[in-house]
Amino acid sequence: MLEDVKRVILVLSGKGGVGKSTVSTQLALTLKEKGFKVGLLDVDLCGPSVPYLLNLENQSVHQGPDGWIPVYMDKEQKLAVMSIGFLLSSRNEAVVWRGPKKTSMIKQFLEDVCWQDLDFLVIDTPPGTSDEHITVMENLRQVPQCSAILVTTPQQVAIEDVRKEITFCRKTGISIHGIIENMSGFECPTCSECTNIFSSGGGKSLAEYAKISYLGSIPIDPRVGKLAGEGKAAVKEIPDSKTSKVFSELVTQLTESSRNGGMQ
Amino acid sequence: MSSVPENAPQHCPGTGSENAGKASACAGCPNQNICASGTPNMPDPAIEIIKNRLSNVKHKILILSGKGGVGKSTVTSLLGHALAARNPDINVGILDADICGPSQPRVLGVHGEQVHNSGSGWSPVYIKDNLSLMSIGFLLGSPDDAVIWRGPKKNGMIKQFLSEVDWGELDYLLIDTPPGQSHSVLTMSQLNGRYNKFVHFIYLLYRPWLQALRTNTCRACSTCAGAGAGAREGAGAGGGGGARALLVTTPQEAALLDVRKEIAFCRKVDLPILGVVENMTLFVCPNCKTRSEIFPASTGGAGQMCVELAAPLLGRLPLDPTLARCCDNGLDLFEELPDNPTVLAARQIVDEIVASCEENSS
Repeated sequence: MLEDVKRVILVLSGKGGVGKSTVSTQLALTLKEKGFKVGLLDVDLCGPSVPYLLNLENQSVHQGPDGWIPVYMDKEQKLAVMSIGFLLSSRNEAVVWRGPKKTSMIKQFLEDVCWQDLDFLVIDTPPGTSDEHITVMENLRQVPQCSAILVTTPQQVAIEDVRKEITFCRKTGISIHGIIENMSGFECPTCSECTNIFSSGGGKSLAEYAKISYLGSIPIDPRVGKLAGEGKAAVKEIPDSKTSKVFSELVTQLTESSRNGGMQ
Repeated sequence: MSSVPENAPQHCPGTGSENAGKASACAGCPNQNICASGTPNMPDPAIEIIKNRLSNVKHKILILSGKGGVGKSTVTSLLGHALAARNPDINVGILDADICGPSQPRVLGVHGEQVHNSGSGWSPVYIKDNLSLMSIGFLLGSPDDAVIWRGPKKNGMIKQFLSEVDWGELDYLLIDTPPGQSHSVLTMSQLNGRYNKFVHFIYLLYRPWLQALRTNTCRACSTCAGAGAGAREGAGAGGGGGARALLVTTPQEAALLDVRKEIAFCRKVDLPILGVVENMTLFVCPNCKTRSEIFPASTGGAGQMCVELAAPLLGRLPLDPTLARCCDNGLDLFEELPDNPTVLAARQIVDEIVASCEENSS
């Protein structure tokens, strides 16, 4: 099912709550704004937040002749979304599954969703290096144009977990596109004093240490936080924010590298 | 939790089934003899060992949250410090059950320490006279080492942690869990005694009717009744009472969404809820003292959720850069800044916890 997908981007982080889902959704929305056909797959079975972030709760997935038909954000079908959240009946319901069942669900998500032609497929993962990740990696190994974006926050505790994730990527042979540092600094709306709530510079030093490219830092911006739940792109709503700049640059980089990749 | 193993032959009746080892599909299966002997139906021997080991622990608190990064480890360490500082005569242990991303060694400032194995088990690392820690972080060679294990292997590790650590006499054991309703959490709540495999199996098969089964059928069946009675006896003897859950969340809806699920999960597996702690509630600008909601409580925050779901709210902790710095450097905020608002809030939360635990055990 993934043969018509030109490029797969995995959004990973060893630590939870660093903003993987926010990065995944904003990346997908930015790619869509730039005119690409994008798929967004949420493989977090226990805590799927993509349906909420994109304001797609209560939508449902249909079974088509070629597999599951994802939920489309727009009429032009530029952004397709698939998440376990669409299969749960209530937002309070929990999925309590163990390894083998999770594994087969993820396999189905990777194999049985009818994505059609896609320029990019963004995969949002749960934190850690466990069942979900092993399964995703095993199934994506054959996909040539697949790379990972690591998300971290600046504090040491998060950086430590991301170091483990780098080891995981290297062990499983997934190439790393780069690191994004999220929540780096908060600008007080009254006095514009920038406080590094979770310290600063950690992502950059980790990138240098691990010899991975650094994709930029996203500050804590309550305006971006408010976009959660509405499914709006930061690049469109708040184009002057640092967040939009980071995402625009990232998309430019990604398109250039896939063009180069295509020529080789 | 189906009892059919992952690599079982087709049409395997399941190791827990009456036909285990006897069905036609079992012919030729290498495990046929084991299944036929009825051994798989026996309760997991590890559970008994762990119960014995933890019988000296008065109060077991599982720190849970559906979402990652809400500050479970920070809250765990803060509460550990607060409990230990509150009364020098009580002993507090912290078990870092986050196998994939253990952060307690750093947060508690015992990064790089070694655990020692003695005749009575693994000795935890002592941060203070009455505060000890066990974490997989101590067993990893380098900070880059990743634990890439699937569920069953992780479960084995956690069982070992629970059964082989020599905690001594403990008043409180705080168990810091990884995010999500993952395997670790399942193993832990199995130990609660009131929860058992059967209920869970039924739950997966007949999720919608669970409630009915719980009260009508399951309580009457011998397995469940036995397990329930055991748990009650344990609580009555003053030690080995069941674990209770403390949920950590941040105020924004994306986190509350997951915590609601976690509360539903706790109720499904009959794990009593001690209460909810809201972390990162407000940020006070150190320059101009403006209060900002960095994670906006668009749906009323944890307070509203606790009212809706009838769970006690134990307190709120502010978003405090000094706390983040203390955690990175492994410092004790209680000693560094005893008058800090976070410290005051943590003290109140601990008072609530102690009151609730004492009431529960009396």
